[in-house]
Amino acid sequence: MEKFTTHTGIGVPLRQSNVDTDQIIPAVYLKRITRTGFEDALFAAWRKDASFILNQEPFSTGSVLVAGPDFGTGSSREHAVWALKDYGFKAVLSSRFADIFRGNSGKQGLLAAELAQDDIELIWKVLENAPGTEVKVDLVSKTVECGNVVAPFEIDDYTRWRLLEGLDDIGLTLQHEEDITAYEATRPSFKPKTLPARTQ
Amino acid sequence: MGKTLAEKVWDAHVVRKGEGEGANAQPDLLFIDLHLVHEVTSPQAFEGLRLAGRPLRRPDLTIATEDHNTPTLDIDKPIADLTSRTQIQTLRNNCKEFGVRLHSLGDAEQGIVHVVGPQLGLTQPGMTVVCGDSHTSTHGAFGALAMGIGTSEVEHVMATQTLSLKPFKTMAINVEGTLRPGVSAKDIILAVIAKIGTGGGQGYVLEYRGSAIRALSMDARMTICNMSIEAGARAGLVAPDQTTYDYMYGRPHAPQGEEWDAAVEYWNTLHTDDDAAFDVEVDLDADTLEPFVTWGTNPGQGISLNEAVPFPGDFGDENAKLAAERALQYMGLEAGTPMKDIRVDTVFLGSCTNSRIEDLRAAADVIRGREKDPKVRMLVVPGSARVRLEAEAEGLDKVFKEFGAEWRFAGCSMCLGMNPDQLEPGERCASTSNRNFEGRQGKGGRTHLVSPVVAAATAVRGTLSSPSDLEPASVSASTTTDAA
Ligand code: SF4
Repeated sequence: MEKFTTHTGIGVPLRQSNVDTDQIIPAVYLKRITRTGFEDALFAAWRKDASFILNQEPFSTGSVLVAGPDFGTGSSREHAVWALKDYGFKAVLSSRFADIFRGNSGKQGLLAAELAQDDIELIWKVLENAPGTEVKVDLVSKTVECGNVVAPFEIDDYTRWRLLEGLDDIGLTLQHEEDITAYEATRPSFKPKTLPARTQ
Repeated sequence: MGKTLAEKVWDAHVVRKGEGEGANAQPDLLFIDLHLVHEVTSPQAFEGLRLAGRPLRRPDLTIATEDHNTPTLDIDKPIADLTSRTQIQTLRNNCKEFGVRLHSLGDAEQGIVHVVGPQLGLTQPGMTVVCGDSHTSTHGAFGALAMGIGTSEVEHVMATQTLSLKPFKTMAINVEGTLRPGVSAKDIILAVIAKIGTGGGQGYVLEYRGSAIRALSMDARMTICNMSIEAGARAGLVAPDQTTYDYMYGRPHAPQGEEWDAAVEYWNTLHTDDDAAFDVEVDLDADTLEPFVTWGTNPGQGISLNEAVPFPGDFGDENAKLAAERALQYMGLEAGTPMKDIRVDTVFLGSCTNSRIEDLRAAADVIRGREKDPKVRMLVVPGSARVRLEAEAEGLDKVFKEFGAEWRFAGCSMCLGMNPDQLEPGERCASTSNRNFEGRQGKGGRTHLVSPVVAAATAVRGTLSSPSDLEPASVSASTTTDAA
């Protein structure tokens, strides 16, 4: 996982609450064999509507989603996070996230930053009055800057630390690689190996 | 205090103890001795490695096979279903890229992942074995701690050869006594699940113990451990003994020479200590056990073959009552109907539960010299290409073909509706597989889980039957298993 310290990119105001994961990515896209390439699946149903925010310039190249409360509710599909990331989003701002979505985001390196709803409203106004305004998300100082708005955000310490260090679950385990290597050295030699292959 | 077998295996694999105690304890990091891979749950895991630029840590502890999507006919032709073909091709590309040993369709070692590991001698006592498949519990028959895992964990094992795991509770399943003729391992496990329920094993590792278990062959022990997951358990295991060693000896990946002696010395320590305590103990009487069969749509809805379809009203629990009503409706059954009066359309002998050589032999012994009910279709699908070859060397294929059964190539086949072998809506099947869920064997299909000998007897009579219901076989038939 890449380290996340700060990110600056075009903000996308999504004035909608209760965006569930079925909206973020419909079930039909779950049959795929890849973990990437879900950009076309993001908000697939909504994107059929020409007036949807991501169908408008300059929002189509946005990388910071500023959404209403209760973002990511419903099904636990990790594909929702994959789709947001594949589309190009690095951070989602909301006043409330569904637990599972927040957990999945942390695993996959997408920053889910929790702001006060008042601050979300202020940022929405800036983005709507001056489309294309960039949002700066600073994980070190836990603040968001957009136009003249500067607002603090919340994220749990453990996730913040993992994001700052760029550690996913595997990365975390690999921090103990010495322990793994040491264990490997103690394994009895009679334990089987699949290679070189032996057959009857 | 002493330790249970499962705790011994766990402790021997702790790379790093999780910090904290009790409910707040972080998971332990456990080393994984063997990672089995198949085409369905691996693509995103391989992709994850690729994206992160990580190597697969131990290709020499990893092995892959193709099973879920593979057809059991015309295996030399390209797979007709495009999604299936892509999934298989993806596995082939991934294995090549990451240096993983793969047994592809057409290879003599190809087959259902849980049949292939033991048969190559890769599954051994005291190991930790994982696979992105819930029936990994099969390998517990060797006294290994074997667990099914999800795709993210598959990637974790690929990258680190370890898994973070929270401790489990232990349950002893004591099966004492002697099985009567016609009663087998499948009946034991169906009876266990009917007794403790499909959620009864949740959070537990089961250890099967007692004289009836000790008397079982390895193939039979695998049948039992295989279905531990159907009781909701994390894993199920049997302590290794001479039966285990005899099975292992001489297998391609079994230790040899001095290594063998060292291994046996260690394996001999792998049993639950006399002063160890299980969190729960369950007893089952083998002497009185009868052939078992499911009437409903979960593996816990089973009864003895001599009984009748239960009345939903007989269930005290309101949820069980509703579940029974719904199940009877789906199954097209009327309460009170003797199980043995139920006619089937199809008999399926196969799946990682019952597709090993002994299962085929047992079924062949029942049908030899007998005729199939002409209205019944029977599919015989060996668990692996090696089992198929072995069966052919013994002439079992001829027995099945003469009987009128279809002799297929190895794979998961009709165990799940992912390949061409599927039931039609409403079609009723006596199946040696492990799940009788709605639609599991094909949309609208109706599954009765049975043992191999019950499957065989059912194919003769056309209704659910045990071998003891059959007329004596015609005298001209040979009754030995090695009639080539
Ligand atoms: S035979 Fe059935 S249960 Fe076993 S691995 Fe294949 S699909 Fe799963």
